[in-house]
Amino acid sequence: MTTSMPTSGLQIEHEESGAAPVISLSGALTVHALASLQAGLKEVPQTSVIDLSKVTRIDTAGAWALADLERRAAASGGRLRYRGASEAAELLLDTVRRAMPVAEPAPGTATGLRALFEATGKRVVGGYDFLRGLVAFLGMFLAGLFRVVIHPREFRFTSLVAHCDDVGLRAVPIVSLMAFLIGVVLAFQGATQLRQFGAEVFVVDLIAISVLRELGILLTAIIVAGRTASAFCAAIGSMKMRQEIDAMRTLGLDPVTVLFVPRILALLLMLPILGLIADIMGLFGGALMSWIELGISPSMFRTRLVADIDISNVIVGLVKAPVFAVIIGVVGCHAGMQVKGDAESLGRMTSSAVVTAIFAVIVADALFSIFFAEVGM
Amino acid sequence: MTQPDDSAPIIRVRGLRTQFGSHVVHDGLDLDVYRGEILGVVGGSGTGKSVLLRAITGLERPAAGRIEAFGTEVLTASPDDRDRLDDRWGVMFQDGALFSSLTVRENVEVPLRRIPDLTPELRRALADLKISLVGLPYRAGDAYPSELSGGMRKRAGLARALALDPEVVFLDEPTAGLDPIGASAFDQLINTLSEALGLTVFLVTHDLDTLYATCDRIAVLAEKRVLVTGTLPEMLEVDHPWVQEYFTGPRARLARDAVRPDTKTEAD
Ligand SMILES: Nc1ncnc2c1ncn2[C@@H]1O[C@H](COP(=O)(O)OP(=O)(O)O)[C@@H](O)[C@H]1O
Ligand SMILES: [Mg+2]
Repeated sequence: MTTSMPTSGLQIEHEESGAAPVISLSGALTVHALASLQAGLKEVPQTSVIDLSKVTRIDTAGAWALADLERRAAASGGRLRYRGASEAAELLLDTVRRAMPVAEPAPGTATGLRALFEATGKRVVGGYDFLRGLVAFLGMFLAGLFRVVIHPREFRFTSLVAHCDDVGLRAVPIVSLMAFLIGVVLAFQGATQLRQFGAEVFVVDLIAISVLRELGILLTAIIVAGRTASAFCAAIGSMKMRQEIDAMRTLGLDPVTVLFVPRILALLLMLPILGLIADIMGLFGGALMSWIELGISPSMFRTRLVADIDISNVIVGLVKAPVFAVIIGVVGCHAGMQVKGDAESLGRMTSSAVVTAIFAVIVADALFSIFFAEVGM
Repeated sequence: MTQPDDSAPIIRVRGLRTQFGSHVVHDGLDLDVYRGEILGVVGGSGTGKSVLLRAITGLERPAAGRIEAFGTEVLTASPDDRDRLDDRWGVMFQDGALFSSLTVRENVEVPLRRIPDLTPELRRALADLKISLVGLPYRAGDAYPSELSGGMRKRAGLARALALDPEVVFLDEPTAGLDPIGASAFDQLINTLSEALGLTVFLVTHDLDTLYATCDRIAVLAEKRVLVTGTLPEMLEVDHPWVQEYFTGPRARLARDAVRPDTKTEAD
């Protein structure tokens, strides 16, 4: 019986002669022919002679197939012998035989309902640990800030200024544009609704209260969360990945004062300013649109604004800024410190930093709303 | 061990010139690699050993010169020819360059995916064999590169380079950063594989022990070219300050004395 594999030039011949059947292999026993070789060797009797004299080339894959066959034969009490193997083939077979891996069973994993419970439990514990980690990180930051206040010499002002530039100044164009457009949209939507009641002039109150109390600072914080939480996480995470943070520690540099305090402090200083810019640009956009759509002149807009809108609205809005800043900064830096040794975890933590920061900002905003409603502001 | 064939070299570099901006790394570099030999490439830090390896394997485009491998011009090869060349050589980079998002086994399976009718089971079995061949425990196959030590990552990188049983492997400082026992096990591994698989090895190294334990021939990189090539005893005769210092300095004497009698330098 002859099995021929045209593509690889491999041939397997069985012949019954004397005591044991002889399997004669010819051609190249290489990885390219492994699939056919493996299929052809399935039916080989447990005790047989393998003739390798017509083999032109054998590589580790071919040697593995033979060693695997030996192992199966030995398991069922048989024995294989070889004939006509070259010296190199013998050596290769020997090397491969010694290296044949012995599979170790993977540790058992739970299935079904148990797996569901296990996964849920892990998530709950993981979520709890994450929150605890964030709070611990916040404490570390506050302690670092305190240390900097006591020993201002340890602090690097150049680094703070650089981060202020990055976090604040460079965000001004996008924040201004966003707030301006929000003002425009509010004026436009307000105008169509209020015109039905002939109450066009109340559009000023609508724009001012929503921009100053809520939208200005909330949308600014969301944009900054997207820009800055990811940047913090990527910068600190890649340092963590290359063990730079460990190196810092051994050189007596405290990562909290060197890395985290300047970044979060920069956010703390810049976010209120960005929020104020957003407020101004939002009112500006609203006034412009009111003028065009409703014919409310800028001077009238101003008069109504001053007469109707209490300064407390601005305070209620901007008082949230430092809280949002700390949330964004702590979430970003904390995520960076969670990065493990591989690039994939850096990407995963960066996107998770953005999502967590935005989510936390919105939750905090909701809590503020409830608080201000309760105290009647 | 197989002596270098007298036949034509399988890799032939002629008049190679590489530069980064105005910084010339190689100028007029000639080198031959013969079938079945273990060629050690030595030179000071920054003399362009890694760049030479990258140029031969087509990863770095030289400014001038010709590189021929298995009779194919590397620089002008068509994509199909490049594919065929890539099947015939394997590269182990200086720090392993494993794909960090894959486990070690999946890393070794990557080149095996190019074989059309290999079933997933066979692919897995072959990957496990390669992992075991380079001396890693079975468990290491499930680990991600970031969970391994530097020496284990190097072994895993070698397993991946050997996945398709290439004719030539390029090893960039395989023993740098290994403990002496790990390094000498690696030397032995390279010897065994070269003997059993008839492998040609292009070995960049700083490690004198590795040179003494494994290499058939040595090429010294200095002054932007291959200064001399030859066997270890021939190196001792070379009249050049750097070569003299390198091969007859105090560390070289220690390495020479430490050579076990069963290695190929017994003629020394
Ligand atoms: N991508 C690159 N850009 C600029 N210069 C490089 C680059 N890669 C290598 N070099 C320079 O080429 C020289 C040789 O580098 P390399 O081959 O890595 O040295 P080694 O012999 O230590 O392996 C060094 O001076 C290095 O600065
Ligand atoms: Mg190098």
